[in-house]
Amino acid sequence: MTREMTGAKIVVKALKDQGVDTIFGYPGGAALPIYDEIFQQNDIRHILVRHEQGAVHAAEGYARSTGKVGVCLVTSGPGATNTVTGLTDALLDSIPILVISAQVPTFLIGSDAFQEADTVGITRPCTKHNWLVKDTERLAGTIHEAFHVARSGRPGPVLIDIPKDVQFATGTYAPPKPSTSHYQPKLKGDMDAITELVAAMEKAKRPVFYTGGGVVNSGPAASILLRELVDATGFPVTSTLMGLGSYPASGKNWLGMLGMHGLYEANLAMHGCDLMINIGARFDDRITGRIDAFSPKSKKAHIDIDPSSINKVIKADIPIVGDVAHVLEDILKVWKARGRKTEAESVAKWHSQIEEWRKVRCLDYTPSTTSIKPQYALERLEALTKHRKDRFITTEVGQHQMWAAQFLHFEDPNHWMTSGGLGTMGYGFPASIGVQMAHPEALVINVAGEASWLMNMQEMGTAVQFRLPVKQFILNNERLGMVRQWQDLLHGGRFSHSWSEALPDFVKLAEAFGAKGILCKDPADLDDAIMEMLNHDGPVIFDCLVEKHENCFPMIPSGKAHNEMLLGNAETKGVIDTKGSVLV
Amino acid sequence: MSPLHITKGATSHSAYNLRPSFSEIEERHTLAVLVENEPGVLARVIGLFSGRGYNIESLTVAEVDHTGHLSRITIVTTGTPQVIEQIKAQLGRIVVVHEVHDLTVEGPSVERELAMLKVVGTSEKRVEALRLADIFRASVVDSTLNSFVFEITGAPDKIEAFAELMRPLGLTEIARTGVAALLRGA
Repeated sequence: MTREMTGAKIVVKALKDQGVDTIFGYPGGAALPIYDEIFQQNDIRHILVRHEQGAVHAAEGYARSTGKVGVCLVTSGPGATNTVTGLTDALLDSIPILVISAQVPTFLIGSDAFQEADTVGITRPCTKHNWLVKDTERLAGTIHEAFHVARSGRPGPVLIDIPKDVQFATGTYAPPKPSTSHYQPKLKGDMDAITELVAAMEKAKRPVFYTGGGVVNSGPAASILLRELVDATGFPVTSTLMGLGSYPASGKNWLGMLGMHGLYEANLAMHGCDLMINIGARFDDRITGRIDAFSPKSKKAHIDIDPSSINKVIKADIPIVGDVAHVLEDILKVWKARGRKTEAESVAKWHSQIEEWRKVRCLDYTPSTTSIKPQYALERLEALTKHRKDRFITTEVGQHQMWAAQFLHFEDPNHWMTSGGLGTMGYGFPASIGVQMAHPEALVINVAGEASWLMNMQEMGTAVQFRLPVKQFILNNERLGMVRQWQDLLHGGRFSHSWSEALPDFVKLAEAFGAKGILCKDPADLDDAIMEMLNHDGPVIFDCLVEKHENCFPMIPSGKAHNEMLLGNAETKGVIDTKGSVLV
Repeated sequence: MSPLHITKGATSHSAYNLRPSFSEIEERHTLAVLVENEPGVLARVIGLFSGRGYNIESLTVAEVDHTGHLSRITIVTTGTPQVIEQIKAQLGRIVVVHEVHDLTVEGPSVERELAMLKVVGTSEKRVEALRLADIFRASVVDSTLNSFVFEITGAPDKIEAFAELMRPLGLTEIARTGVAALLRGA
């Protein structure tokens, strides 16, 4: 079932055969043949973004909320270079996306032609793999292989660079078939290691599951198995920012998020545990704090599909390389076969210790009747939207992101999209567009800060053009809040360039784009205003003027250990020493 | 603010003095990496080393399987055991890398390098250079009335030793291929 067609047609046909229904892109000279083919078909919707960075983040949102590969199409030169931030973001958060970039014709490559850039050279370190296709005959196979690489093993971004003459020339199209490439990551974990872990679980007195984005990436089965394992063993479970939703926030063993701005009880459980079971997380520096003081007395098991994650930062006592769902299935099987044993009495004692920590109420803040506390805004947003099973949250990066992770609760995986590894301001708005494209009827809210949001505000045009009712919930403190907080804590309160002057009137800005704007500054009006946002059938910019000098707590200061957390009422002067201040 | 005190040595791989308590003894390892011979593959490998701050002491590459289009890259690198493990794991996850072998661990292995040395001189020095070359089993591949180009094959330290001896005898240029290595035995 092969046939001859132009390279441009091969691209569209291959995408179709890979099950792609939506692509995000921006045309330009070198991409015109592919755009001509897109024009002449109706199976793939093309979403015209306003900047290529927006296309990549939208594809990330699409991918993260569906588990499918997100696809972007951009032109050569600046079109391709504008994707670099998004590609790096997807690499660090292991999001499967494919960027198809057009390139100048092969005979012009290397001549500094108009809109020429060494795209594969530039994107080599920020993709999982990339290809320059110089022969139309190899195009179909390369596209199918790109999908295989993007979604296999630890998922990640891939890029295919296609010169314009390759798009015009004809070649043979072959439909996708099971990959024969040597790249076939191992899914099953080593049974000896799994048995060793089960034996450790049977004896553990203070165990904790530490889950991460790998659970989400492994697919829905992984979350179901995780829930079964957690509930059957009764072990407490915490999650990184990237893994929120894989275990439900309403579950009885849920500790809340851990890490730099994680919950007190979660971090102390990590510090004091005797068995740490890392499932699809990577001991990121936001999680570990000071490494030589990280969970000093525990045995550590590490389940990861990427062998390079093992022993990269923290030495694993029981390393298990494999896919989370496959490994969890085997753990359950072995644990059940050995008689479902746990040290129930000790684990119960461990839970009551955790309850003591929970009584600290680490998320408490000083309420206000005169100004909207950002925490209060999110509490109200949570209260008014939590009944919606189809609620998807994206965020930008900064204080609002951490508050959202603390105050919003997730019951299912794939409902929380945030830039964790790279910390990309400007991620959330385009990501919300991608999510809404994948889930047209769903409630999609981007929790944003005004500074982050402005970084990709041009995508309002996209939201309005494609009638995407994304809600932009902006916690506006007229500050770069997290920068301000760090300057407050370790640069003597010298707020160097961390406030926004000349902010736009967000209501007028919304109206200028043909959308709805809502301004809210009085806590008494907040519920009505949020309801107005939710009831509006269209994109909304919600300008929520919040307390300007609120710091985000709890916090593990840089260079400190988990048991050295700062709480909201803490004395913060001089808490970060000079050694800590070189860290980020 | 007081000046930052970053412990010396803590910065070799990271600005952070937060490294775990792995062994800090640096080891020298020879890695053999089988890769698909496609454009950019060497850049991927080198980019990995520079991007993550690993050391390359020597690197050689050539296609060794013309039908399978596989190249063999031999890399001599140094690092703590933990860094060496990371290097291997990171190499292993490059999509076009087929196999990674640590010859130092899997060994014993034989290592050979080829070098060419230009030695310029006359009379006594010239005779002495020729005599030493004979001891080292270096062969003369080019000769003029006042110069020789020697070709020598051997382990890197043998080449080092030969170059040291040639230096006072008029060594002007040296070209080395870097290490090629194979495991001993069948």
